Amino acid sequence: METIHSIRPLLAILASLFAIPLIVGFSRRPAMREFWTFAAAGSKFLIIVSMLPLVLTGRRVTCTIFEIIPGVPLQLTVDTLGLLFALVSSSLWILTSIYSVGYMRGLGEHSQTRYFCFFAVALSATIGVAFSANLLTLYIFYEILSLATYPLVTHHQDEEARSSGRRYLAYILGSSIGLFLPAMLISYHLAGTLTFSASGFLGASISRKVLMILLIMFVFGAAKAAVMPLHAWLPAAMVAPTPVSALLHAVAVVKVGVFVIIRIITGVFGVNLLKSLSLTTPVIVLACITILCGSLIALSQDNLKRLLAYSTISQLSYIVLGVSLLSQRGLTGAFIHIPMHAFGKITLFFCAGAIFVATGKKNISEMKGLGRQMPITMAAFFIASLSIIGLPPCGGFLSKWNLVLGSIEAHRPLVLVVLLVSSLLNAGYFMPVVYKAFFFKTESAVAGVKEAPLCCLIPLCLTAIFSIIFLFYPQPFYELISHALKCIIGAGV
Amino acid sequence: MDFLLTHLVAKYNFWLYIILMMIGLYAMIAKNNLIKKLVGMNIFQTAIILFYVSIGSKRGGTIPIVEHIAGGGEHAINPTRYVNPLPHVLMLTAIVVSVSTFGVALALAIKIYQRYKTLEEDELLTRIRES
Amino acid sequence: MTGNYPALLVTVPLLAAFVIYGCSWLHKRSCLFMALLGLTIPFAISVALLKKVLINGHISYHLGGWDPPWGIAYELDPINAIVLVAVTTVALVNLIATSKEIETRFSDRRGAFYALYLLFVVGLLGIVATGDLFNLYVLLEIASITGYSLIAMGDPARAPLSSLNYVFMGTIGACFYLLGVGYIYIMTGSLNMADVHALLPPLYHSSAIVVAFIFCLVGVMIKMGFFPLHSWLPNAYTYVPSPAASLIAPLMTKVMAYVMIRLMISVFSPKFVFSSIAASNAVVWLACLAIVMGALMALAQRDVRRMLTYIIVSEIGYIVGGAWIGNATAMSGAVLHIINDVLMTFCVFLSLGAIARSTKGYQIENFSGLFKKIPVTMATFVVSGLSIIGIPPTCGFFSKWYLILGAIEGGHYGFIVVLLLSSLINIILFFRIFEEAFFVYPKTNAVHTEGEASIAIAETPFVTLIPLVLTAILLIFTGIYSGSLIALIIKPVVSAGLL
Repeated sequence: METIHSIRPLLAILASLFAIPLIVGFSRRPAMREFWTFAAAGSKFLIIVSMLPLVLTGRRVTCTIFEIIPGVPLQLTVDTLGLLFALVSSSLWILTSIYSVGYMRGLGEHSQTRYFCFFAVALSATIGVAFSANLLTLYIFYEILSLATYPLVTHHQDEEARSSGRRYLAYILGSSIGLFLPAMLISYHLAGTLTFSASGFLGASISRKVLMILLIMFVFGAAKAAVMPLHAWLPAAMVAPTPVSALLHAVAVVKVGVFVIIRIITGVFGVNLLKSLSLTTPVIVLACITILCGSLIALSQDNLKRLLAYSTISQLSYIVLGVSLLSQRGLTGAFIHIPMHAFGKITLFFCAGAIFVATGKKNISEMKGLGRQMPITMAAFFIASLSIIGLPPCGGFLSKWNLVLGSIEAHRPLVLVVLLVSSLLNAGYFMPVVYKAFFFKTESAVAGVKEAPLCCLIPLCLTAIFSIIFLFYPQPFYELISHALKCIIGAGV
Repeated sequence: MDFLLTHLVAKYNFWLYIILMMIGLYAMIAKNNLIKKLVGMNIFQTAIILFYVSIGSKRGGTIPIVEHIAGGGEHAINPTRYVNPLPHVLMLTAIVVSVSTFGVALALAIKIYQRYKTLEEDELLTRIRES
Repeated sequence: MTGNYPALLVTVPLLAAFVIYGCSWLHKRSCLFMALLGLTIPFAISVALLKKVLINGHISYHLGGWDPPWGIAYELDPINAIVLVAVTTVALVNLIATSKEIETRFSDRRGAFYALYLLFVVGLLGIVATGDLFNLYVLLEIASITGYSLIAMGDPARAPLSSLNYVFMGTIGACFYLLGVGYIYIMTGSLNMADVHALLPPLYHSSAIVVAFIFCLVGVMIKMGFFPLHSWLPNAYTYVPSPAASLIAPLMTKVMAYVMIRLMISVFSPKFVFSSIAASNAVVWLACLAIVMGALMALAQRDVRRMLTYIIVSEIGYIVGGAWIGNATAMSGAVLHIINDVLMTFCVFLSLGAIARSTKGYQIENFSGLFKKIPVTMATFVVSGLSIIGIPPTCGFFSKWYLILGAIEGGHYGFIVVLLLSSLINIILFFRIFEEAFFVYPKTNAVHTEGEASIAIAETPFVTLIPLVLTAILLIFTGIYSGSLIALIIKPVVSAGLL
């Protein structure tokens, strides 16, 4: 594979960091401050898109910054998988920025400058994770992301926000320092390198027991993926303002978690090694448990954002499950679930936020008959929930289709059952919301409510429309994924 | 008996310095009065000075000044006749160090006394806690 | 002139100290200038020496032209050259940053303060550079005695007593070291480190040498505040005046840790330390205990400064543990951690000193709402806190990296667990403060909307702020360049002595 040296990956990361001094500098002029946020988001997206043709023609873009530890440089490499993830997060950042403006102004939130700054840092770190060429670089950006999102979680600064922030840090930093770091050091000790490679850098000479322990440590160490039992931070983090929950806790942060697991499985261990030793069975079991439990807990939630959080926990494990099936279809399903779930879930969060801005309501039981007051929002909600359940005409259907095929391909009928049961459960917790909104009598509390401001409405319509478009036009994703699969599976098969 | 001769009597200087050191250490740990502790500290330091001085000395050795008696210069100097001067010189420095440490410590004790009007440690601690 | 750099390194601040004290009677305002001069010259010299050592290798300087083992030699290898640079940098930057506070707080005693400050630096520089065992003792006592006096200049209610307790412990430590040197002298007849190193191998089985080593080690461990012997440290470092705190707290314990490593490598040999004594496992376990106990005791403190002193106890455990695991990686980690810890502790104490201007005390409650008031100062505090926790890309992460890697190589899994545990406890320790400073409004100000206007920004003066920010940036740069630090400076020396 041809390698191009370019500073473009680095620029993509720095684009949002450059904006921070400007955001701080214009803290007293909100319009300018938000302009710089858009400028950063737009330029980041453009830089990432500009690398698309290079990567699609089978080249990879790398940028070595410098050697930190002998044999382990701080290095960025853009491959198809990283690019897919970077594209999703950076494009959604633009929409979220529009939404943020509407939401934060609509509610008259405090400390907006801090909010926009740390949002920018978080996005830098996310792109950093996507483009990391080795485990150490990835770990560094992973930790930066953990720290950058902490002030966003505790944004409200009240007792609840602070205790949630504490829980967030305890889970995220605790697992990454307690499990991920030692696992990484042991890998370095065993292999002498940390650079991802298509066939994995942990050789077969290492005993099965050690590999198994390492894999488990890595999976739990990336607690951002919210694999049970390390999931409790995600519902707690829902105290954050809704745009944060939307972009970070449905797209960036949690997807970074699963992205790390994908990298671990495909880049550190290598699919073939795992397959030959059938190491991923415990991960599959964990993912199945998480899928079912997450959906079951979601059924009992009344707070809309918490419901979405549990739904996210269960959906993330679809991706973990798909990767650990190690079959071509399973991997395809997992990869395509990243954009599909991102667009679907962000729409749902946008809707929840729009409802909150318009009515001040957080609980589903208080939203009866809201469909008549806020038809556009609730229609978008309906479309997005179809996508998450995995029904046509939405993109989510594709990922579920591939995952189901993958489970058959991998000869795991139980997984198939889990996937189907989970779809039923998904319908079980989403449909009542839609049903109540459209077919119940409007409660006096929400009577006379209007749609949320345009700034909130437009992004959520766009993401909902994209969710539909992706079903009919998934080619770009498929193309990226087939390139990625060629590297991952083609390397050895 | 042999043991006594070889270990106790022949190396009496070591035993002496150890005993002195222990006396000093005991005073530093067990005494309540800060001045007594300081005295203990000084004994402790002196014990080590004694140890150094004793390792330089030789039975029958004299002060290390080469005698210039008539014709004496033609004889080879016999080192066994002189005590080793180096440890003694080192101890000059050590004494200076111990004196200055002692000085600083006394100054501190005076400061403490001026403020709390006592040098008994238990009383000091209760007064600090009260204030 | 350039040939005499090692001597000038020590004599310039030494002379400056006396000149300053004399000058303080005549012209008070020139004291600061002379103190700055007296530290800038050694700083420049140490940088020049580092460069020279990196190009030409080991430098051996014979004071007064007397060849060792008769005369005193100053030996410079890359590691102690970099430690020298760290010492002079911290001393100089700290003096600049705290000069304003020194001038106001000690206006009538400033001559004494500067003189003690410089003498303390003389002591440390000498300790690091000297190649003579007895000379090390004398310089150690110079540093200690000036340290006692500097500490005693703090809070008049508590400082003298804590300083006196430090005097007792410190003297016992120095005496033990002296005793150990005495035994070495009895057995070898030499005091020069290189000479002793060459003479010792046939004597490794001798119990007198083992006793000598243990005495020296215990003495040094008391001075560096290694866990069971740390009792003097928290009080002494809590009540020291803040301009001296950011000098003494980072330097004294770390320089002593360096002395330990120097004793292990250049006086005795790793072969003796790790095979003849075979106590390395026990010492590593003790270090584990030190780390855990330091962290737990830090957890029990509500006073931030006191909490930091216990963190120092824990950090010393890192260094001792790394040095005693007994392979090149862990030893490199220990040496790197000495340098990193100097910088981290310096940054955290310096920013704490600057923060103290805006708070009434060092209790965590006093920190509420500080971020709004002094954003930049708090940011430096956060960076140093993250470095102590060990979050990349700050330097603390990288020394931890080598320490853990060394522990994996050495098969010492207890040490790994303890290192990770202490990182986790450090997270709690620091985020407790961050949370208070960032997200809690001061009680008088219960307004929850855009509060910027209601709380006046009272940022630290520039003379303190700029050095502080530079130090914080340095923490990140040291982290990023730790690879070259290891490869160029530490590895060559360490792997020459170790496996």
